[in-house]
Formats: sequence, structure tokens, C-alpha cells
Amino acid sequence: MTSSELVGRLRSGMTIGIGGWGSRRKPMALVRAIAASDLTDLTVVSYGGPDVGLLIAAGKVRKLVTGFVSLDSIPLEPHFRLARQRAEIELTELDEGMLHWGLLAAAHRLPFLPMRAGLGSDVMRVNPGLRTVRSPYVDAEEFVAVPALALDVALVHMNRADARGNGQFLGPDPYFDDLFCMAAEQAYMSCEQIVPTVELLSGGPVQSLLINRAMVTGVVHTPNGAHFTSCVPDYGRDEDFQVSYAAAAASHQAWEEFRAEYLSGGEDEYQAAVARFTSKLSKGEQ
Amino acid sequence: MTSGPTLAEICIVACADVWRGDGALLASPMGLVPTLGARLAQLTFAPDLLLTDGEATLLIPADDGDRVTEGWVPFRQVFTMLAAGRRHVMMGAAQIDRFGNQNISCIGDWSRPRAQLLGVRGAPGNTVNHPVSYWVPRHSRRVFVEQVDMVSGVGYDRAMSLGGWGARFHEIRRIVTNLAVLDFAGPDNAMRLRSVHPGVNVSDVADATGFLLAAPFEVPQTRLPTAAELKLIREQLDPKSLRDQELA
Repeated sequence: MTSSELVGRLRSGMTIGIGGWGSRRKPMALVRAIAASDLTDLTVVSYGGPDVGLLIAAGKVRKLVTGFVSLDSIPLEPHFRLARQRAEIELTELDEGMLHWGLLAAAHRLPFLPMRAGLGSDVMRVNPGLRTVRSPYVDAEEFVAVPALALDVALVHMNRADARGNGQFLGPDPYFDDLFCMAAEQAYMSCEQIVPTVELLSGGPVQSLLINRAMVTGVVHTPNGAHFTSCVPDYGRDEDFQVSYAAAAASHQAWEEFRAEYLSGGEDEYQAAVARFTSKLSKGEQ
Repeated sequence: MTSGPTLAEICIVACADVWRGDGALLASPMGLVPTLGARLAQLTFAPDLLLTDGEATLLIPADDGDRVTEGWVPFRQVFTMLAAGRRHVMMGAAQIDRFGNQNISCIGDWSRPRAQLLGVRGAPGNTVNHPVSYWVPRHSRRVFVEQVDMVSGVGYDRAMSLGGWGARFHEIRRIVTNLAVLDFAGPDNAMRLRSVHPGVNVSDVADATGFLLAAPFEVPQTRLPTAAELKLIREQLDPKSLRDQELA
């Protein structure tokens, strides 16, 4: 399927989980398609990076559920930062492990899972809806009852996939992409390359087949689709581009210029503009 | 003859010392000075420590001074090691109080922060599950505050108030700053000055701390790097001398 077909299946107000971690293997082509759509009032669940920043900048986010938002090599995500300082988005701030546990609970169709993380911290203060639960066994220990983070939609990006929805990651970390898919009603996987099923194992060992077709609703082919986040071994993070993205958040005018240059057309126009950026940069270095 | 240790090198060794005696657990240093410290510890007195490349690959020193892969810890595995207590992290702190409550989330009112920082990240879970230390490259009253704005990492007073189970796995081992090394051996586990770096007076540390700091009658000087440690830092771990930048 295409990104626009995918966006056509989404509705305003949905809860959307986004795979990857920080500025690593994010389904950015899908995020860009949502940013360019008419969708509004989304709840976004993410180990946040520029996916969150871009959707906030496009005015798509009503509520964010996360433990952090970071560009990794640039610690603070500028759009997230501004939106928080202007109180423009609702935030459910959780410990990173609580987010994992909430996705696991949702994937297992449980209302909650018990956990120590959160106890004694202000995560309990800023999330007054969080409850604790006591062990029914002899220890009688008290835990945070991390509520299930059920998703309407999950978006993940893989290195390779077949057309049926079997997905392969070839980088260092699966992150929680399989859990995002299992926690969602509908899950969409973008990928660098679509290959015949018979060729999947030529790319990596069987353990790299993280996503199976029972987890996935649709596959979208998006070459360079994680740009500017890392998608090793296909490509690393585009640090130069990330710097220009972060710098563009400094003023309304700078962001409008960035948007006009990179985000005013579709994915093909974006990739062409990135190619111009890269060639200008390499000429400048010569 | 080699020159004497710099402040960064003293801090690296002080960071290394926080993992002394930990055995085979995952050391997760945040920042360059703690990372160099953890690698120094692994190369010398704590060879059992597990260390990643910053992502999911576990690396161990090889005989030729290079590092080889010994394992794989993707985030899901890190979370399990964390919950199992087989980890000791050294995090940063935008704010920290007398009992070690730490904030990396935001400054000001949480509902509309004056400065949004990282978010709580893994600090709540880390602090109630396994040993935690902190690295503060600029010891000041802005960091060492009476009360933090958003408790991310849990301090001793809050851990104790959870009852027996809350404190069960809670330990804040140490804080290393550009001025001193601190621990929580004060009254009721309050922060205590453990040692001062060369050239730093106890009053310098007290002035840079926004609350009353416990201290022994005589405050020792922070341990200086040995010649072997200095050689490892300068020639093997950080030949490009990036270490000074974090203290600039």
C-alpha cells in the first residue's frame, strides 16, 4: 500500500504508537504523510524523537505519552520543548520501562501489569490516574499498576520486508517495534526494501525477522523512509540534516522556510530536497 | 616525565571508583567522563563489568587494546537487567536535593515548565531497582537545591517512606562533581561530602550547595589517578583529549 492509502485509514483523535527509539529507525515517511494530512487531535505513544517533534510542529498532537523526547546527538527535541513550555500539548510522562510495560499489557490484553518503576517518583504526582496494586501473595508488596497502552494504530519501520508483512530489522536493536504492533488494532510497517519471501534470509539470520504477518495490517515501501533518523546498516543518522532541522525550530520564520523547502510536497519532493541539501553540503566541504 | 592529573582525569577516576566491587553487572554511564570512568574500571580493578558501545553491543577489552564484542543487550534486555538489579547507572542531574531526589525532566511547574528538559527517562525505575550514581560537571546552587521541581530519580527520604519494599533495592552510591565526591552516609542518609578534589576547600563545596551538607570532621582529598591509570586514559581511552570539554 502507499502512505496516502495508509493515512486514508486513520481518523482524527486516534491513538497512534510509533516504533523506533529517539532518533533511531523511526517511520519518518509515514510521520511526514500524517503531518501533511488533515488529521488532528492525535494521541501519540512513542520513545520520542523527531517523529514527535514533527507531528507537534504540524499541530497534530493533542496528547503525548512518553518517557522522553530526544534527538540523541542533540539531547533536547526543540518542538517538544517549545510545545511544553507553551503548554500546548497534554503529556502523560512515564518512566521508559513503564511505557514498555504498558505496551506489553496491551499486547497481552491485560488491563495493567505491576512494576516497581514509578514508586516514590513524581510520575505518580503528575499522573494522578495511576494506581498501585498489592501483591496477593505472602510478600504483600505494593507496585505501580501500569495501565495497558492500547493503540488504535502502530507505525514501525524495518530494513526489509516481504509484501505479506513479514519484517526484518538488521540494525543493533529491535527496540519495541513488535510490541507496538501487537498492542495496536491496526499496524503498518514501512520498510527500506520489499523482497520476495524467499530472499528474507539472505539479508540476515532468522532471529532478525522481528515482525510476522499476523502482527501487520499493511506494508509501505519507503526507501530512505527513516531519514533523518538512523536506519543502520542501510544508513546512519543524517547528523547534518538533523542539525538544520533542530536549528529551524528556533523561530517561526526559520521553521516556515524549512517547511517550505522540505515538507510542502510529498515524500518524493522531500527526498529530492534532501538530496539537494546533501549535494550543497558536500560542495561546501570541497 | 608525564604531567600531573587534570581535573577531568581526577573526575574520571572518581567515576571509575563508583563501580568498584560491583562484579558482573551492566555499567550504564551517561556522558563522556562517566563513560571513560567505567571503561577505566573495566580495564583495571573491575574486569567483570559489562559495558556497551552506547547501543546494544557489549564490548570487552582485548589483549591488543582494542575491544571485541561479547554480547547483545537491546533495550528490552536492559530493562530486564535493570529490574533484576544487575545494573549500576551513572546519570546526570539538572537538580538534586539533600536526600538524592534527582530531576532531569523539566524546570519550573510541570504543567507549564520554564524549561523542558529530557523527561524522566529511566530514572524512576533505575533508582528503585539498582545502584545509581550521578555525575554533575558543574557543581552549583542551581543543581544542588533544597527541593527539585520534578522528582525523576527517587531519593532516600522518598524510598524510605514507601515502606520496607521501597527501600529494598534502592541505593544511591555516589555523586561525582567538578569539585568533590559525595555520598549519602550523612544522618538519615543525607548527602555527605566524601572527598574534595585537589585545590578545592570544603567551604567552596558548601558555597556551591544550596542546602546544608553533612561532612566528616576531616574531609579527605579525592584519590588521585595512578600513573597506570593516567597512561590508560591518555593513550588508550581518550587520546584526542575530549574529556576536558565536559568540564568547560
